Amino acid sequence: MGNMLFLASALIALVALGVSAIRFFRGPDTLDRVVAFDVITIISISLIAIIGFIMQRSVLIDVALVYALLSFLGVIIIAKYVERGL
Amino acid sequence: MRNWVIVVILLLGTWLLLSADVLMSTTSVAGSIAAGVVVSTAVALLFAGRKMLYKNIRLTPKALVYLLFYPLVFLKALLIANLDVARRVLSPSLPINPAIVEVKTNLISPLGRLVLANSITLTPGTLTVDIQGDSLYIHWIDAVSTDVQSATEKIVRGFETYLEVIYG
Amino acid sequence: MEITMIAGGVVSLSGSLFLLLGALGVVRMPDLFNRIQAGTKATTLGTMLFLAGIAIAEPSWIPKLLLLILFIIFTNPVSSHVLARSAHHTGIRMSDKTVVDHLAKTTEQRGSESLQGDEQEIAAAKSKGGER
Repeated sequence: MGNMLFLASALIALVALGVSAIRFFRGPDTLDRVVAFDVITIISISLIAIIGFIMQRSVLIDVALVYALLSFLGVIIIAKYVERGL
Repeated sequence: MRNWVIVVILLLGTWLLLSADVLMSTTSVAGSIAAGVVVSTAVALLFAGRKMLYKNIRLTPKALVYLLFYPLVFLKALLIANLDVARRVLSPSLPINPAIVEVKTNLISPLGRLVLANSITLTPGTLTVDIQGDSLYIHWIDAVSTDVQSATEKIVRGFETYLEVIYG
Repeated sequence: MEITMIAGGVVSLSGSLFLLLGALGVVRMPDLFNRIQAGTKATTLGTMLFLAGIAIAEPSWIPKLLLLILFIIFTNPVSSHVLARSAHHTGIRMSDKTVVDHLAKTTEQRGSESLQGDEQEIAAAKSKGGER
């Protein structure tokens, strides 16, 4: 029962990932894609954590932490680049 | 001095949270904690002097009580913000009335302004776009008033009463 | 054991619904600023609830999940703020419903001192190309 609930929420998060990918492909501007990318990475963090929970691998939480750090840096660097170049 | 102590405490807290599951199973708990203390002190001495971010934070009893109370105020605002976003996204006609309005803040310290800007971003319908001097430019998804005074009253006041006590 | 699993599952499920709302907002909103608004707020609470659900079901993971939640609370508004500022500086076209833009006035005043003029021309050409 409990496991089913977690599986269902993982599936809903996967659907959310697909929905925000629509904005990622449609654009129309670079920054629109960056916003969609930001949302996609945050959803991926949740997905990594829940896959770790379902598979009972605690290592994946560390992966999620590093992924959060890197995606934050990535978004900020792209925004700075769009604003005035590197 | 205060700046360095706070940085050491924050780094040590992060280390303890990261290594908590190892600490529970290992035999030399004291050794791990000591290593954390040494490394976070060294990192603080090397890097915390560049920006004295925590220099002006107040540690009076009233400020500490407010510091504990602030997350509750913030979480309540975050919850309302999300229900608000849900209402707007799900209604077929997209009821939005956006504007970028200017508001004034009385906060002086950079850290206080940072926390204020972040809190505004996570509360109902507002997003901090830019800070210039003592004015913040806020993108407001449903602009009730476009006048500086009344917008300040509506957006900033709720947080500023707490943040003024904590950060000055 | 089972009861914590169910409680955690319910919390995670509500979090995932907020994540879906955020994604829908990013697709449905008419201009970049409104997309950022929907994207940040809903995904912040969504991820918090999602990870809190896992924490309820698996108490030994609480320290790292707490660190992850704190990190997301602090960084998510910062990245959205940086995105919004760079969008405004490059002159992204705002939705027709926009009532007033106080920031545009101040950037025009400073315009003559910097390269702002060039940037605005480039941005105008860009947004013309982006329209469809």
